[in-house]
Amino acid sequence: MNLWVILSVNSITFGGLLFLLSVGFALIFGLMRIPNLTHGSLFMLGAYFGVTLIAWGFNFWAAALVAGLGVALFGAIVERFILRRLVGAEMAQVLVTLGLAFMIADTCLMLWGGDPISVSTPPHAVGFTRVASVAFPTYRLVIIVIATAIAAALWAMIERTRLGARIRAAVDDPAMARVCGIRVSSLFTLVFALGAGLAGFAGVIGGPILSVYPGLDQDMLPLALVVVILGGTGRLMGSLVGSFVVAVLYNFGQALFPELAYVVLFLPMLIILVVRPQGLFGRAVL
Amino acid sequence: MKRIAIAVALLILATVPLWIGNSFYINIAAQVLIYAIFALSLNILAGYAGLVTLGHAGLFGVAAYTAGLLITSGHGQLVVALGSCAMTIAIAGVFAVLALRGTGLGFVMITVALGEICWGLAFRWISVTNGDNGVTINVRPHPFGFSLESAEAFYWATFAVFLLTIGSMAVFVASPFGAALRGTRDQPRRMTALGYNVWLTRFLAFLFSGFWSAVAGLLYLYYNQFISPEAVSLSSSAEALLMVIAGGSGTLLGPVIGAGLVVIMKDVASAYISRWNFVLGAIFVLIVVFMPDGLVPGSMRAWRWLNSRRVRTPVAATATPAIEVADDGA
Amino acid sequence: MTALEVRGLNKSFGGLRVTGGVNLIVEPGERRLIIGQNGAGKTTLFNLITGELSIDAGQVLLFGSNITRAPTRRRAHMGLARTYQIITLFPGETLLRNVTLSLLGLSPLRWNPLARLDRQQHLVDKALAALSRVGLQHLADRPVAQTSYGERRRVEIAMALAQEPKVLLLDEPFAGLSVEERGDVLRLIGSIPRDVTIVMIEHDMDVALEFAERITLLHFGQVVVEGSRAEVVEHPRTKEIYLGA
Repeated sequence: MNLWVILSVNSITFGGLLFLLSVGFALIFGLMRIPNLTHGSLFMLGAYFGVTLIAWGFNFWAAALVAGLGVALFGAIVERFILRRLVGAEMAQVLVTLGLAFMIADTCLMLWGGDPISVSTPPHAVGFTRVASVAFPTYRLVIIVIATAIAAALWAMIERTRLGARIRAAVDDPAMARVCGIRVSSLFTLVFALGAGLAGFAGVIGGPILSVYPGLDQDMLPLALVVVILGGTGRLMGSLVGSFVVAVLYNFGQALFPELAYVVLFLPMLIILVVRPQGLFGRAVL
Repeated sequence: MKRIAIAVALLILATVPLWIGNSFYINIAAQVLIYAIFALSLNILAGYAGLVTLGHAGLFGVAAYTAGLLITSGHGQLVVALGSCAMTIAIAGVFAVLALRGTGLGFVMITVALGEICWGLAFRWISVTNGDNGVTINVRPHPFGFSLESAEAFYWATFAVFLLTIGSMAVFVASPFGAALRGTRDQPRRMTALGYNVWLTRFLAFLFSGFWSAVAGLLYLYYNQFISPEAVSLSSSAEALLMVIAGGSGTLLGPVIGAGLVVIMKDVASAYISRWNFVLGAIFVLIVVFMPDGLVPGSMRAWRWLNSRRVRTPVAATATPAIEVADDGA
Repeated sequence: MTALEVRGLNKSFGGLRVTGGVNLIVEPGERRLIIGQNGAGKTTLFNLITGELSIDAGQVLLFGSNITRAPTRRRAHMGLARTYQIITLFPGETLLRNVTLSLLGLSPLRWNPLARLDRQQHLVDKALAALSRVGLQHLADRPVAQTSYGERRRVEIAMALAQEPKVLLLDEPFAGLSVEERGDVLRLIGSIPRDVTIVMIEHDMDVALEFAERITLLHFGQVVVEGSRAEVVEHPRTKEIYLGA
């Protein structure tokens, strides 16, 4: 019984973390139709930034925010100077993000070395919290709260602000949006930066649980892919649901079918892709 | 002129062990050829069929692991070769049936999922694949009684296989089926209206590609005497794609050059330039942005452009982009 | 037996009906012209006939055979050929290779991974013959990228004719051509023998009327006027649609 509870809690917290990782990917894919293969590296980059910032004396939360902003800025530069040159050539954009992933991963290796770096849990969130007679690590509960807060904020932004309306319009019909005066190219840069920033932020948040190590990018990217495929590209609600589904598959899969853990993870993705390939890759609406 | 250049190049390749004394470098050369074969097999899909796949290392891995397991359970080299090829072709067929349900990006995503499943099995199905520890063998094949234990001997055997591969590719490219495949890349809808069965053409191309991936995987296993999940990972698939695109997809020479570039960067240049992954990624980005056809057509165009500066005739750029995505023609 | 027959053809995209209850009977050897405003559903009709677009209801018959369920590629083998409004040649290939690919589509050779395509003399000869029919044999080795628009149009037609179709669908073959080029193409189409039935979509009335024996006028996906050239030209509905009412 206890195993199930632990697995469930871990799934929920991991789901929260996956949401933070994947929502950026989903936004980018939804708006720009690029599966951003750099996403795992951006997560890792943010995590490493966070490590350095913390070492310089920043508190954990400030480090997470600043790291997120740093990665967002990096994302904006990448979009503006590289991806924008390849507008329309979707496959080229995918391949460029692949090349960039190599570059970022190697740079991280060079700057931070090959040893895994652990990140301490922020001081106020150490220890355990009792919820319904079970003790959960407090930090993991905090992650759930953060993920929910961010989900709500994003939802509000997309559904309730003019900016969000512009994004939705551009997702629906970029050409028409341009005709209406919406600066779609700037939106692309903004959304890419936002997605990147969220990934970077998530990297720091995930630090205490995953630590930071070379190869983190390759571990996280496929998970983001599965989340977005399962949850639907560009759909906020879908990313939320997808994240939790993937977290459950991942945790329960590892525990119950250790030898087929990754099959359990990728098979649903495969099934959806095969059964509804057009539906997921047609026009995605936020 | 072209014939002479090719003949000279082949001659140089054939005699590598004679003018490179160091067995370390001979091994590198063998590696280049092995990866060239793999890149050529990937080129069938990514270059000639217009089907970019990021799961090909899965097929490579199926071959290597099947061979490794057959060897460690005591089978002879013929069974090993036939068994791993058959298994890989079968899995390639499964890949094809599933992946061809998608088009363009959907196709890529499906291949990613398939590749990851293969990797996940290699990594976690410990009772069969030994997980991260991989499968080690301690034999090399002895075709027709020749021992391939030495670096030179292995190199020559690899070179012979490479010749077969290139020859097979050349025949394929010049054949009606090869032309049909390229047609499905460029105008799939038109091809259907002309009477072609686009799906079946692509499916068969997958099998053909799978066969040569199996050959590469088998050689890889014999060369390293070891196979681990790393070789089946997404980044291995990405590296192979990089070889094809950097060199020039849709050409015969491109993947070979690309393979050479990547292997030499990895194993040789890494002694001098410590950040080979970065350089590789950077080269990739630069090529995709500035020379999307890849190095081979790009250099040929640059060469012609340089020549045309002296003679005032316009140069036609007829190279098609490396990254032609085939859409649904059926 | 009719050459091409369409019965009660219906096609909708969501709430938009693009083809509504279209009936068409084309006799062997006929020269049929399909006209209508932009968006009237002319190309859609072609796509439904070739099977490139799936029909919601209705039937398509080719020389009496019901091809409604047949996949597009099979219809090609049964003698149906078409050209496209937007030129869809194979870029990066020569004109000869383009026509050869067309011939190959109907040949069992298309599955052969061992022979040399360039050495298939019978295919090469037929391709050259097809090119000379459209007056382009001197450009056989020219890459598509180095040809003019008018030449590419003619290659499209050569590709269709090379397959020796029984029914040929021409989708706006005169679009984008200069006056002189139109004359060439009109003569070319005029020289096609009567064992090929031709259905043409065209916008440019001057050339199209010279070609047409019978005309079908489509309006919002439905047939509103049909008859001989004289009848249709004089029909009040035609004048209404084309001159505005």
